[in-house]
Parts: sequence; C-alpha cells; structure tokens
Amino acid sequence: MSGGRDAVLGRIRKGLGRTGPVDGDQRAALDARLQKHARGIIPERTARDRGGLADLFVEMAEGVQTSVARVASPAGAPAALAEYLAQHNLGSDIRMAPDEKLNDIPWQDRPTLSITRGRSDGNDEVGVTAAFSAVAETGTLMLHSGPSSPTTLNFLPDNHVVVLRASEIVRAYEDGWDLLRAKGKMPRAVNFVTGPSRSGDIEQTLMLGAHGPRRLHIILIEDENG
Amino acid sequence: MESTSKQFKQNTRVALDNTALQSALGKMESGFVTNRANAAARLPEFEALRDQARDIKNHTLENLDFYLETFEENVEASGGHVHWAATAEDARQIILDICQSVDAKTVTKGKSMIAEEIGLNAFLEENNIEPVETDLGEYIIQLRNETPSHIIAPAIHVVKDQVIETFQEAHTQFDPARSLEEPRELLDEARTVLRQRFFDADVGITGANFLIAETGSTVIVTNEGNGDLTQTLPKIHVVVASLEKVVPTLEDASAILRVLARSATGQEYSSYTTFSNGPRRAEDPDGPEQFHVVLLDNGRSELLGTESQEVLRCIRCGACMNHCPVYGAIGGHAYGWVYPGPIGSVLTPTLIGVEEARHLPNASTFCGRCEEVCPMRIPLPKLMRHFREKSFEEKLTPTAERTGLGIWAFVARRPALYQMATGLAMRMLGALGRRRGLFASLPMAGGWTAHRDFPAPQGRTFQQQWSARGGRRRAGE
Ligand code: SF4
Repeated sequence: MSGGRDAVLGRIRKGLGRTGPVDGDQRAALDARLQKHARGIIPERTARDRGGLADLFVEMAEGVQTSVARVASPAGAPAALAEYLAQHNLGSDIRMAPDEKLNDIPWQDRPTLSITRGRSDGNDEVGVTAAFSAVAETGTLMLHSGPSSPTTLNFLPDNHVVVLRASEIVRAYEDGWDLLRAKGKMPRAVNFVTGPSRSGDIEQTLMLGAHGPRRLHIILIEDENG
Repeated sequence: MESTSKQFKQNTRVALDNTALQSALGKMESGFVTNRANAAARLPEFEALRDQARDIKNHTLENLDFYLETFEENVEASGGHVHWAATAEDARQIILDICQSVDAKTVTKGKSMIAEEIGLNAFLEENNIEPVETDLGEYIIQLRNETPSHIIAPAIHVVKDQVIETFQEAHTQFDPARSLEEPRELLDEARTVLRQRFFDADVGITGANFLIAETGSTVIVTNEGNGDLTQTLPKIHVVVASLEKVVPTLEDASAILRVLARSATGQEYSSYTTFSNGPRRAEDPDGPEQFHVVLLDNGRSELLGTESQEVLRCIRCGACMNHCPVYGAIGGHAYGWVYPGPIGSVLTPTLIGVEEARHLPNASTFCGRCEEVCPMRIPLPKLMRHFREKSFEEKLTPTAERTGLGIWAFVARRPALYQMATGLAMRMLGALGRRRGLFASLPMAGGWTAHRDFPAPQGRTFQQQWSARGGRRRAGE
C-alpha cells in the first residue's frame, strides 16, 4: 500500500510545515540522537551498592506477589526448587529451558526431579528458565527469546521458576538495554516480567493467574557474596 | 465503530439510572485514584518524569515522518512488514487480506483500542473469521455484545452477577449447576476456555503501547499475559497501531513506561512489558512465522501543526477518566464512541468531527483534575474549550444558545448598555426572588433550574457593588 504510505507521510510533512523528508543538519541531529540513545532520569531509589541492589530487587519483587528463595551458590538451587514444589503440592515433572546458564546447577542431586528440556506445549505444570538480567528498580525480570530460551516457557506453565544470579541484577531498564546491545542483534522478543499474571477485570478485584503463570518464583543465587 | 455521541444527553440519562453501572463506578475512587496517588508519592521523581515524557513525545511528533520511516526500515530489517493505512477501512482490509492469506478461521486478539476504533471485530465476522477477545474484560463484553466503557478496564461497568449470567449462557460445555459465585471461579473458567482458543488461532492481533524507531520494536503492556499468548502461539502476529505511538529509542520508551503503569493502575510496572522484533528466527524454538505492523492514520496526521497536536501525546493510561467527576457519574458508554472521559471528549470531535460529537467537550465541569493527573501533561480542559468554540463557530450550537450568547456578546462589548441591562435584570430578579432567595425555575434557563435552584441576586450587579465599596477601574479604562 505505497499509496497509503505516501499520502500519510505527505500529510504529516504538510502539518509540520515541510515539503520533503528532514535533511541536512536536522537529519544529522536526529540520527545522532538515535545513535546516542541517551538515558533520562533514573530514580534515586536504585543508587545502591551491589548487595543493596539485590535487596531492593527482592523487596520490589515480593511486593508484587513474586516469591524469592535466596541461595548461596548454584549447589543450593535444586533443593530450593524441590522445596517450592513440595510447598505448593506440585509434581516433580519439570520443563526446563535448554539454557547453558542452567548447566552448572547440580540438578542430579535431586534424583526425584524429572527434567525435560525445550519449549512448552502447554501441558507443563512447572517451567524453569534462566533470567537474562533483572531490574532492581521495580523487581522486574528481563528475559528474551532465543534457541536456549523459548518464550512459551515464560507464559504457558502454571508455575514459572526463574533462576537469577545476584550479579545479573542491574539498577534500571536502561542498564538491561546496554547489556542486550552488547550481545548484538535484538532477539525476537524481550519480556520484562514483574510478578505473576493478574487481572482486575471483575469488579476491580485483583486476582492472580489470569492467562499467564499463576505463580512466579525466583531462585536467587547470591554469587557475589560468597 | 458506530458513534452515538450525538445522543449524549439521552445516553447520560440512561447511565444515571443504571444501578449496576453506578455501583461499579463507585469503586473507582478507592481503587484507581488512591493507587495512583500512592504510586506517585512513592517516586520522588514522578513530576520530573512527567515533564520528560511530555518532551520526548513533543520531539517525536515534530519529527514524526523521520521516526516512522526509521521504524519501518528497522521492522523490515528484522523480517517484518509495515503496512500504512490512511483510513479505518484501509486498515481493516489490510488485516483481512493477511488473515485470508492463511485461510484463517479464528483470530485471537489482545486488547486494542485501535481495533475498536476501526471496527475490526464486526468486519472480520462479516468475512467469516471469528475474532476472540482474550483480555478478560474484553472477553466478557464480547460475550455480552457490548463495547468497552473504559480504555484500560473495558468491563468496568459490568458487575459480578452479570458475568455469572454471561458465562452460564455462553459456556454450555460445563455443568449448569457448577458454582461461579467466586470471582476466582469465573477467572479460572475463562482461563480454561481461552487457553484452547490461543492454541487454535491462526492469527494473533495485538495493539501496541509503543513503536520504537531505533529497533523496529512494537511494545505491549499487559497484566494478564494474554497479549503474549496471542502473539507467540499463532503463525502470524499482526500489530495494529496508530502512528503517534512511535518513540525514538528503547531509552525513550523506558522513560515513558515509568509514568504509564503508575498513572493507569498505580502499579510500579505492569506484569508484562514485551518488546517484539519481527518473526521467529531460524534458530528460535517458538514465535510467529510472520510479523506485520499496520500503521493507522485515520485523521491523526491532520492534527499536526494545529492546537490539537497535543492530544497525540496520549499514552492511553486512563488516568483522566479515573479522575473525572463526569466520567465517574455516567461511565464510558454515554460518550458514545471508542474513547470516553476527558481524552474522549477531545479525541472524538478531532477524529470523527465536531458535528458528530459536539456535546462531548461540554461534558466537563472544568475542574481540571484530568490535566493534573495526565502523565503526558495534555491540557485537556483547554482543548475542550477549543472544541466548544469551534462548534459555536461552525454554527452547531442550538439556536436558543446561539441567540442568547450573541445578544450577550453584543451587549457586553458596549459597557454602558451592559451596565444598564444587567442592572435592570438584577433588580428584576432580585425583586422576584426576594422571598426565598432562590428560583426553582427561570425562563430560558431550564437546563440549569431543572436540576438545581438558581440563587436570587441581591438586586445589584457586581459592578455596582464594587464601585459602591470604593472599587476603582484600572487606569486607562
Ligand atoms: S489524556 Fe493523559 S491521562 Fe488521559 S489517557 Fe491520555 S495520557 Fe492518560
């Protein structure tokens, strides 16, 4: 529909008092603004040292009904998962992301866990993924799609368990973008997740577990304190 | 969507008599309003963030063509397609063509006001494609054959008993004797029904809260996760968005996101904020095979360079309606088109014409709360005043009102005549109303006195009292 395109762009330019595309210095300034992608105001609440950031993250995450288990090392993660399953009366079938970030965790220590890896087809009660990063400011996980991190695992299982390292926690969303840009091309999907799925659509009453996970549990490995 | 804005007065009467609606609206103050105030108070930078958000959008609008072309380029670089739609009709046709290209039978939909604006559901149905709303509120009103009455809480006018009734009727696959008394049971039932629909859909259609020029990303913000299932599971993801949704960079979007959820629901951040970049990559285990963005103009480009340009900053947070005493009294349907509340009073005449929507800018007490809370600092009362004037200029105001205002203007421009006329009128009214101090009705002011008494004047005009008390005219007058 290039007819639509030209007509729309033409009307926009007319409204802005121009006859053609921006050019010259003005164009260079706009290109530079995109290149620079400058940050705006970052809330002061995030001005903390690394240990403080982890605490802020946990406080904000718990404030939106995320549960968090803090463990000292990767070795503590399998027990934390088993405990979560027991606490909520869940079976031991786990659908786990094929993410190498989960490979240094000794899952075999808990032989009762029955772990398969790959995307979710909607029949999984518990999905386990690794976080890419996490934003302390609002207790938000930053996840993205890719061969080792299927998006379906973030949304289909009733229980979403996310393994996060304290060293991956950043102050603000902008820090997350910098980490992602450093990796190269934008992945197909970037998901910022702040608490489990919820709805207030029936008489403005908050209920968890609308379409996405009913529960969100984070296993936080304190890899910086040991 | 068809508009009933012309019958605003009639709509209002119906709304005021609707007890279910009145009980639903009563909860807004303790919910949205309090939550927003708390969220703003928790963030010392909140006011500065509002200024920043306004400035980002102003910059973008001043260079809208550049950012849209950059956005288009980057969507295409990540393997997606951009379609430009000048009108609602164009947008519908583009979407239909995409659906028909895969012989789609059902499409799932994330909440999208733009889809409402272009009347997408009815059009798809006419073409034998079943649209399935997946946001819980949208799903409820779709089953009830209603339209949204709030831009972020579409079913705010529906009470629980009505939802029970609706589900009993629609979900005949379940035991009719099942319990649905608890909201939880209703949610679970909707979740079960819709889960299957997500898997069955051929196409998923979502709106967008932002489009990002730098990366060609589209962004959705939801709490339920329905938008994510809508766009992840089907073969095709179609994003329908109006062109003012674009911002330059990821940082700009992140900056505005800091005021969005706080203004809307009082959350620090919504549960899911998702940035989408094209179709699934060769190595991806999931995601849609095709990614399309339909960019809708539908009259917006005409606003650039006019007084109304400022409405294009709107991020559809809903704060203005949550805080509006008029919305709080009559709800959203009375406004008669897609966008209710103060933003609707400004957008509707802008997009569908002053003639169709001339009552809406009058649906205001000019209390200014909307502007106080608007995260994008849109001067809503000023814009409403602008449309009042415009509707007067275009001779759309009824004759009695026009004649009255015309006479008043004629007299007011002639000080001597004005003083004489008002002095005379005040003495008359003062004498007539002396006994009770109030008029229960007045000729030519029925619109006022039908609902409240008019206080009787004390027999002298303000100007007479002012000079009697030693008031002076300013020098030169
Ligand atoms: S006008 Fe302002 S307050 Fe109203 S919906 Fe738009 S951004 Fe929100």
